Amino acid sequence: MIESIVTWFVQPMSYGFMQRGLVASILVGIVCAVIGAFIVLRGMAFFGDALSHTILPGVAVGYLVSGNARGSLFWWALGTAIISALSIGAISKKTHLREDTSIGIVFAGMFALGIALISTVRSYAVDLSHFLFGDVLGVSSQDLITILIFGAVVLIAIWLFYRQLIVISFDPLLATTLRLPTKLLNNLLLVLIAITVAVSLQIVGVALMVAMLVTPAATAYLMTDRLPRMMLLASIVAVISSVVGLYISFYLSISSGAAVVLTCTVFFVIVWTIQNLKKKTKTDKTELSV
Amino acid sequence: MYPKIQHDIDQPILDVKHLSVKINDHLVLEDVSFHLHIGERVALLGPNGAGKSTLFKVISGLLPPVSGEVNVYGSTSSRHICIAYIPQRTQVDWHFPVSVFDVVMMGRTAKMKPLVPPGKHHQNIVWHALETVEMQDLAGRQISQLSGGQQQRMFIARALAQEAELMLMDEPLAGLDDPAQEELLLLMEKLEQEKVTIMTATHDLDQAAQHFNRILLLNRRMISFGSSKHVLTAENLKVAYGGRLRMIEQGESIMALDNSCCEGGEE
Repeated sequence: MIESIVTWFVQPMSYGFMQRGLVASILVGIVCAVIGAFIVLRGMAFFGDALSHTILPGVAVGYLVSGNARGSLFWWALGTAIISALSIGAISKKTHLREDTSIGIVFAGMFALGIALISTVRSYAVDLSHFLFGDVLGVSSQDLITILIFGAVVLIAIWLFYRQLIVISFDPLLATTLRLPTKLLNNLLLVLIAITVAVSLQIVGVALMVAMLVTPAATAYLMTDRLPRMMLLASIVAVISSVVGLYISFYLSISSGAAVVLTCTVFFVIVWTIQNLKKKTKTDKTELSV
Repeated sequence: MYPKIQHDIDQPILDVKHLSVKINDHLVLEDVSFHLHIGERVALLGPNGAGKSTLFKVISGLLPPVSGEVNVYGSTSSRHICIAYIPQRTQVDWHFPVSVFDVVMMGRTAKMKPLVPPGKHHQNIVWHALETVEMQDLAGRQISQLSGGQQQRMFIARALAQEAELMLMDEPLAGLDDPAQEELLLLMEKLEQEKVTIMTATHDLDQAAQHFNRILLLNRRMISFGSSKHVLTAENLKVAYGGRLRMIEQGESIMALDNSCCEGGEE
């Protein structure tokens, strides 16, 4: 009995692609959860979602240039994401357009460009589904190193500029009166989100990216009212979801990205329900005491 | 990394000269000139849309003027870190996951080295600031659990932690109950000992007259600046508030009711 349970857990991990997939999704989960805290607090979910979609033309050009050589795709994705992020920032700063409008413009424009590029090469066996939904089990050792390096860049940058990033998020006016380099810090945050999106591309894909950026952080936000704890809890939620999601994906043959995101969502629903029940019993009690 | 500006202490803490400001091609402030003494409390009075918030934003360097200049101790204000802008309470995300202590510590950001966690020196300054506003026992609270008066005092503590010498408070008394207003006004008087100069935007003429050294009456232009007796004349108030003012004279004091008055409605 015990032996069969152990086998159940160990057996999937006897495959190299499962090991790499698991490590990759744990790394990506942590990076997304930590930067996700800023995305949730600053209300940037739409920005994150749009940014992941704007990668398409970069990836398309990558395919055109280097065929199916996977390695270079990351760099194309990274470059496109950074350019898109900074253009969105620039458009909303330099015009009186609201930020969500400029996000919409860049998002749709870039996505359309990507589709146009891909449609020119119908003959290519371009597998869009990997791009849309991720390909955890196709992670190579080289991919793993890239994820590790760039994930570390994001986390270290957040650690270095933690205090400044909080100030520009909580009170931009204070940041200005303290003469902090607010423009630079805002652009830094945009670039960090862009790197996160590029790193996560292979794991969750474009369509589900926003879930990794938002759901673990939002779940944690329901549980605590301190930022460092929020980042920690979000990371834990993301890591557990990655592990559970991959096992579900292995045994039930579900798309792995979808399985991870669904697990995150279940987490959120559970925490949210518990919170609601707590609130309800609290108000019931106060009603009784009145 | 951060500008260190020499204070020329022969110069006034704030010197505004012929200041004009445009927002979207509208002249919001026109030819405003005045200067403040160190440690005084000035009430900034005027109807909604008079440019009170704008004046604060220009002084603290958040908005550029179209003409004129704003100097702090003899040099352009936008380079100083000794000015604190205390926002209206409605402009803050109170559910942000930070404690009172965290928020007050934010005032130290410009003076802390990156990477190193805030050392004893910074912590002592924060505790001292919290002590001044009598909020040490609330240091660990999440900020949404504070009352309106406590929220306002927390921002004053943050300004103290910033070592601000000029505090600009945008309607700090709005929406507070009477005891909380009284407490806040007393705190402002106490700050005189710390040589803090305060400018407070308010709607309450009576409070302005009672608790502040001087009053600046503003409606796009500076209408009058000086002691309450000098400023709060029926004539000046009519110029400032126009038809929007109903005045009730009660013995010595004048009540002004701004018909358009509503919370945080400026701009």
